[in-house]
Amino acid sequence: MSLALSQFCYLISAVCSILALRGLSGPESAKTGLRLGIAGMVLAILTTLLMPGMHSFFLIVLGIAIGGAVGAGIALKIEMTALPQLVAAFHSLVGLAAVMIAGAAFGSPDSYHISEVINGATRIHPGSLVEMSLGVAIGAITFTGSIIAWGKLQGVITGKPVVFKGQHPINAGLGGLLLVLIILLVLTQSAFLFWLIVLIALSLGVLMIIPIGGADMPVIVSMLNSYSGWAAAGIGFTLQNPLLIIVGALVGASGAILSYIMCKGMNRSFFNVILGGFGGEVAAGAAAKSDKPVKIGSADDAAFILKNASSVIIVPGYGMAVAQAQHALREMADVLKKEGVKVRYAIHPVAGRMPGHMNVLLAEANVPYEDVLELEEINRDFAQTDVAFVIGANDITNPAAKKDPASPIYGMPILDVEAAGTVLFVKRSLGSGYAGIDNELFFYDNTMMLLGDAKQMCEGIIKALEH
Amino acid sequence: MANEYLTDKAAQLSAQATALAQQAQDLVHAAAMQAPEAGTPFFVVGLTVFVLACFVGYYVVWRVTPALHSPLMAVTNAISSVIIVGALIAVGLSANTGPKLMGFLAVALASVNIFGGFIVTRRMLQMFSKKKK
Repeated sequence: MSLALSQFCYLISAVCSILALRGLSGPESAKTGLRLGIAGMVLAILTTLLMPGMHSFFLIVLGIAIGGAVGAGIALKIEMTALPQLVAAFHSLVGLAAVMIAGAAFGSPDSYHISEVINGATRIHPGSLVEMSLGVAIGAITFTGSIIAWGKLQGVITGKPVVFKGQHPINAGLGGLLLVLIILLVLTQSAFLFWLIVLIALSLGVLMIIPIGGADMPVIVSMLNSYSGWAAAGIGFTLQNPLLIIVGALVGASGAILSYIMCKGMNRSFFNVILGGFGGEVAAGAAAKSDKPVKIGSADDAAFILKNASSVIIVPGYGMAVAQAQHALREMADVLKKEGVKVRYAIHPVAGRMPGHMNVLLAEANVPYEDVLELEEINRDFAQTDVAFVIGANDITNPAAKKDPASPIYGMPILDVEAAGTVLFVKRSLGSGYAGIDNELFFYDNTMMLLGDAKQMCEGIIKALEH
Repeated sequence: MANEYLTDKAAQLSAQATALAQQAQDLVHAAAMQAPEAGTPFFVVGLTVFVLACFVGYYVVWRVTPALHSPLMAVTNAISSVIIVGALIAVGLSANTGPKLMGFLAVALASVNIFGGFIVTRRMLQMFSKKKK
């Protein structure tokens, strides 16, 4: 295949990738987009395999077969509640692959046409060395950072922020050291320096993510998504391949936008999230209110209230995912719909552990997507709603975000559930949420707490409704 | 006389030839000086492509409906594995064992992502569409 033709094929492949993302503006066009994305990937791989001088096809097919079997096996079996972990794990693989490719390019620059022989020694172009070291550093940070994020989401590593003295100076120092080493690498082209950069970037990835708490993971998973894109773009510059640059930029932009949306959903700056430590401190603001009386109800009480309502808005949160309550919840909603109750769902941007997490879980439970609404679309309707049914969510409903300037979550957009006639709050205990602050909503007159496991509570309500 | 004339001419010619050779050599030098430069324009082209692609990404991703943000992450994860292209070159064109081995590992890792990412995206999208009334 000639160079011009292969460049043309790469261009088509890049257009396919753009259309794959474009398709996601609606659930139906998304499927066409996905097919185009797969076609683009196949085209890119075939084009590369038809390059002049390619050999070792057996090894290539073996690699694809092993990787493909593992990937397909995991993707087919994974529970939808474990999706955030899965995505984090996949990001780590992109990062590691980028490190490997940069390493291969460093060890065999002639295969990539990025070097020339001067006085018998192979010299890599300085520009290529810069691009390569940036690619390898971002790749290595993505790799270990994603592993930590995976560990936190999976529960292998504590979800609480791990903070220690001098954390930020150490990270800043390592970042500076990384830049110095890259400059030295360009000057000397030493293999030792190259792998030292990898090593430092690997440890920086761990140190950057470890102080960030579990509920901030939507931002972190998006950010690592973005990093994996920038790493791909860096590799694209090294290999002088426009396809990799285009796709890398697309993915990088996508992850960056998602991080921005998540930060806005918490009313926090990106740096505030990145610096970590949030949720570790004990907030002093709302401590005095705890001795107020709380109304605690049973499944029967809840069923009675729900049955007599004409409209219900369900507010799901991470607790629903943990309890795997989405199917029971949908059954409950079906029973209510049969009774003539209008049931809708309100999704906060940061509900769950990744962007769109709740939407996927509800879709898995066959909730029609027309019934699932975003914060801006539904927030005004709470005032005309009889019952707000909060299940597994806490901080995203806390009125302190609007009223108490001393609260750590002050200014965060919340779902105005307290405006509804009655608030039914399904929760395991009266404990505070992730942000470590009391939710004064528990003590409101129109709130009834339903203490217990979210799934069992829903099943109990269904039983009571059917009587 | 004629002989002398001829020798003179020959000397002149050879002087001219030397000058020409010198000129040619200079040109070769100049060309050689420019040859490494031929690598740099790619950076400019690449940067152009990169910046434009960032804008495309920006506008395309803002149009993605929030309900599909999870599939968006899964599919971007799959397509960012086009770096498999770089891995294939390492396996298929490199003669050294070390880079070849690293390339092989990268091919396998990227394949996990490609297959896993696309399949999990498909699973999600099917959930979103099957109860369309």
